[in-house]
Amino acid sequence: MSFVQEAMQAVMKKAIALAPDGWIPGGHPDPLMREKHGLIGASISRIDGPLKVAGQARFAAEFPMEGLTYAALRHSTIARGRIVSLDTTQAEAAPGVVLVMTHLNAPRLKPTPPFGSKPQAAGGDDVPVMQDDRIHWNGQPVAVVLAETQDQADHAQSLIRVQYEVQGGVTSLDAARAQGPEPGKFQGELLKVEIKDAEALFAAAPVKVDAVYRTPPHNHNPIELHAATLAWEGDELRVHDATQAVAHAAWTLSQVFDIKEAQVHVTSPFVGGGFGSKTLWQHQILAAAAARLAGRPVRIVVSREGVFRIVGGRALTEQRVAIGAQQDGGFDAIIHTGLTVMTPHNAMTEPFIVATRSAYAAKSFKLEVDTVKLNMVANTFMRAPGEAVGTFALESAIDELAAELGMDPIALRSRNEPEQDPTNGLPFSQRGVEQAWKTGAERFGWETRNATPGATRDGDWLVGVGCATATYPYYRMAGGAARIILDRTGRAVVEIAAHEMGMGTATAHTQVVAERLGLSLDQVEFRYGDTAFPGLVLAGGSQQTASIGSAVIVAHRTLVTELLKLAGNDSPLAGLKPDEVGGLDGGLCKLDEPGRCESYASILARAQRETLTVEGEAPPPLELQHWSMHSHGAMFCEVRVNAITGETRVSRFLGSFDCGRILNAKTAASQFRGGIIMGLGLALMEDAQFDERTGRIMNPSLAEYHVPVHMDVPEIEVMWTDEPDPHAPMGARGIGEIGITGVGAAVANAVFNATGKRVRDLPITLDKLL
Amino acid sequence: MRLTINGRQVEADVDVRTSLLDLLRDHLGLPGTKKGCNQGACGACTVLADGERINSCLALAVQYDGREVTTIEGVGAPGALHPLQRAFVEHDGFQCGYCTPGQICSAIGMAAELERGLPSYVTGDLDAETIELTHDELRERMSGNLCRCGAYNGIVDAIRETFGQIAEDAGKREAA
Ligand code: FES
Ligand code: FES
Repeated sequence: MSFVQEAMQAVMKKAIALAPDGWIPGGHPDPLMREKHGLIGASISRIDGPLKVAGQARFAAEFPMEGLTYAALRHSTIARGRIVSLDTTQAEAAPGVVLVMTHLNAPRLKPTPPFGSKPQAAGGDDVPVMQDDRIHWNGQPVAVVLAETQDQADHAQSLIRVQYEVQGGVTSLDAARAQGPEPGKFQGELLKVEIKDAEALFAAAPVKVDAVYRTPPHNHNPIELHAATLAWEGDELRVHDATQAVAHAAWTLSQVFDIKEAQVHVTSPFVGGGFGSKTLWQHQILAAAAARLAGRPVRIVVSREGVFRIVGGRALTEQRVAIGAQQDGGFDAIIHTGLTVMTPHNAMTEPFIVATRSAYAAKSFKLEVDTVKLNMVANTFMRAPGEAVGTFALESAIDELAAELGMDPIALRSRNEPEQDPTNGLPFSQRGVEQAWKTGAERFGWETRNATPGATRDGDWLVGVGCATATYPYYRMAGGAARIILDRTGRAVVEIAAHEMGMGTATAHTQVVAERLGLSLDQVEFRYGDTAFPGLVLAGGSQQTASIGSAVIVAHRTLVTELLKLAGNDSPLAGLKPDEVGGLDGGLCKLDEPGRCESYASILARAQRETLTVEGEAPPPLELQHWSMHSHGAMFCEVRVNAITGETRVSRFLGSFDCGRILNAKTAASQFRGGIIMGLGLALMEDAQFDERTGRIMNPSLAEYHVPVHMDVPEIEVMWTDEPDPHAPMGARGIGEIGITGVGAAVANAVFNATGKRVRDLPITLDKLL
Repeated sequence: MRLTINGRQVEADVDVRTSLLDLLRDHLGLPGTKKGCNQGACGACTVLADGERINSCLALAVQYDGREVTTIEGVGAPGALHPLQRAFVEHDGFQCGYCTPGQICSAIGMAAELERGLPSYVTGDLDAETIELTHDELRERMSGNLCRCGAYNGIVDAIRETFGQIAEDAGKREAA
C-alpha cells in the first residue's frame, strides 16, 4: 500500500469512528432484537434433524453421477525441491485405471488466488497446482489417478515411481528463526500495538509475571473427510463440494480454470464439520482438472492422512506474556509478543494477540506477532484463529498474576475491566462480561474453592478448579445478499449462498425470517448452500449469522416497500411508510395500531401477483470501525489429576456467555459445548507432531492425533445473558468460535490449583505433571 | 456374493479388496453409513452385522457373504424414526450430523451388549448379572464413536432416555 493510500485509509477509519451512529449499519437497532416471546431464542429442534439421524442428508461424496470415476492422490515425500523422474507406466496399466495425471499432462491452470488476495478468494495457498516439477511442501500432490473404483485408484497410485532432488527447505523452527522473523499481518493489518513504553512500565511495576507459553500445531479433523463430486458439462463445471464457502470456491475455481464465475456451479447442502478447514485446497482443483482431461465425472475423497498432508491446520505459537501491576491489581503494562509460523506460499498469520487488544485496561501495551516461514502445508484458520491459543497465554498469565497478588482471579479481571476499547478507543457496542462472571461463578460455586494449590485430594486424585475469560469479536464481512420470494399462499422462501456445517443455520434463520415476516415456521423455507443463490457469505469468523441477518434486513425492507406499493389505496395500509409497519400474523400491520393490517395473500391477490421477489445487499460492515464489538464468556473448570500417573480428567465445566441475543437456545447450547470440547482437546491432547527433519506430520490419523471422545467429556453446563447487542443484526453477535477460547487456560489454571504445577506448554499431557 | 441388508436380499460382485463400507456407499447406493477415517479410528462407519456393531471400513465385504447387515437406512426413516433417532433430534445429539448414523448404530449395538451382560473397562463387578447403564458405562462404551462437533452431551442424553430402561428391565427380570 502506498503512503497516500495508507493515509486515506486512516482518514476514512477516523471518519467512520466519529460519524453519527445513525449513519452506520446497526445505528438503528434491529426491531427484532427485543422480541421476547416469539420465535427468536426459542429452543427448536433442527429442521434437518430427521434427515441427519436417518442418514439421508446428502454430503459431497454422496451425489451420484453417471460414469463416475474415483480419484486417489500421490503425495510428495520431500519438503522442497523438484521431481526428477516420474514413472507412471505401471499405474496406467493397472486394472480399472482411467487416467494418471501429473504435471506432465495436467491442463494449464492459472495461479490459485489465495485467501485475502481478493474478497472472493478461497485458496489455501498460491502454489501452482501440478503445473511444474517443483515441490513446496512434504505432502504436495504429485499425481492423481482416476479409476473405475476407489480400490483400483488407491492401488494404482501406489505403483507410481517418483524420484526427487531435495533443494534446501526449512523444516525446523530454529532454522526458520535463523532466517529472521517478519511482522505478522491479519486481515490486512499489522499485528502490532504499542501504547506508551510498556517495557519501562513493566520494569517499574511492583508486581509482575513474565512467562513464555507454547501451543503446538493443531488440525481441524472434521469427521467428514474433505471431498467433492464434480463434472464438466460442456464448458461448465458442476461441483458438489464439502465447503464453508460456496461462492468463494466458485469464483476461485473460475480464476484457476480461466472461465466466467457463472460457469462454475457449486452446491454444498450439508457439510460434515469444517471449523475453518473446508475451503478450497488442491484436491478440488485437481479433481476438476482430471475430470476435464478424462472427460469423466470425478469423486475425490481425501484420505484421513491426506487431509493432514494437503489441508493446513493451526500453526504453532510461542508467546511471551508479561503483566506488570500495582498491589491493588491495576495493570501498568500488558506485553504479549511472540512468534508463529507460516509458509512462503500463504498469507495467514495465527494472530494470537487479537483478544489481548480489547480484553483489559492497562496503562501501556506492547502487542506484536512475528512470523517465520517453514516449508510445510499452508497453515490456515482454525476455530477462533488467534483467540483460541492467545487466550491460553493471556488468561494463564492473569491467573499467575492473581496468585502472585494473592487476589481472586475473577476480582483481578474485574479490577481491570475497561470502559472503552483499551487499544483503539472505540466505545463498546455492548459488554456484559461482568454479568457473565457473576452468574457463572454463582452457578459453579466458585466461592467454595480452596485457593491453595495441591490442597484438595480425593484418594489418588488431586482436585482443582480454574477459570478464564473467553472472548471472540463480532465480525461481518462484506458481500451478504439475500433473495426473498413471497407467494400468494403467504409462504416465503429465502435464498442465500450460506452454509450448514452443523451450526443450525437453516433452523435459526427459518426462525428469524418467520419472526420478521410474521409467519409460522412451516410457512418459511430457508434455502442455502448453492451458488445459484445470492451472496458472498463465508461460514467463518462466526460472521455467517450477521451476514445473513443484515442481508435479510435489507431485502425485507425492499419487500415491505414493494408490498405497500402493491397494496395501494384500497388497503387498510394505504398511506403508510415502511417504517410504520411490521410483519404480523401472515401480513403487514401498522406497528402502533395492530388492528390495521392486510395479509400478504390478500395484497398479492388484489395485485394479481403470484409471487413477489426481492433482493437485498447488506451494507458495508462499517459498524466494525465505529464500535468495539466483542462477545465474552466466563469459563469454569474442575479437574482431577491422578497423583500417581499424572493423568488429567475434566470432571466439571461451565461456560457462562455474553454473546448478544441467542437465536435458538437448543442449537446455541450445542455450539457452545462443541467449542468447549474442542478446547478440552486443545488443553489436554491435540498435537500435530511435525517432524523437523522431513517436514511431515507424523501422527496423521484419528488414532494418533487425539481428539476428545465420549469418556473425556463431562456434562458441560452452559448459560448466557441473552442481552442484545443494539448494533448487531437481531442483536446477535455470533457464537461459533467463542466456545473454544479460554478453555485451555481454564484447564491449565485448574491443573495448577490441583497440583501446584504451572504447565505453559500445551497439551497438558501426563509427562508434564510427573 | 449375497447378503441381507436392511431385510432385503442383495447380490453383489465385488473386488476382494472392497470394504463393507465401500460396498454400501459406492456400490449399493446406501451412503447413510459414513466414512470418517477408513482405518477403524472414528466409528462413523458403524453398522450392525448380525446384530453386533462393527466398523464397516475394517470389514471386507466378501466376509459378509450370507450375513445380515443393518445400516442407518434400516433403523428408521423420516416419518418413521426409531425412538433413538427421535431422541437424537430432541436432545440435539449432533450438529453436522456426519458421525450420527455411526453413533446411532453403535448405541443400538451397545444396548444389546449391555443386555447380554458384556462388561466394559469400567464395569466394577465382572460377575454381576446385570450392568447398570451409568454415565461412565455409557461414555466408555461409546468412546469408539468420535464426534468432532462435540455433541457428546446430547448423544448421552438421547441414549440414556432410549436405553436407560434396558438396565432397569434386566434388573427387574433378575428380581422376579
Ligand atoms: S470410517 Fe471406519 S472407523 Fe472411521
Ligand atoms: S455431529 Fe458432527 S461429528 Fe458428530
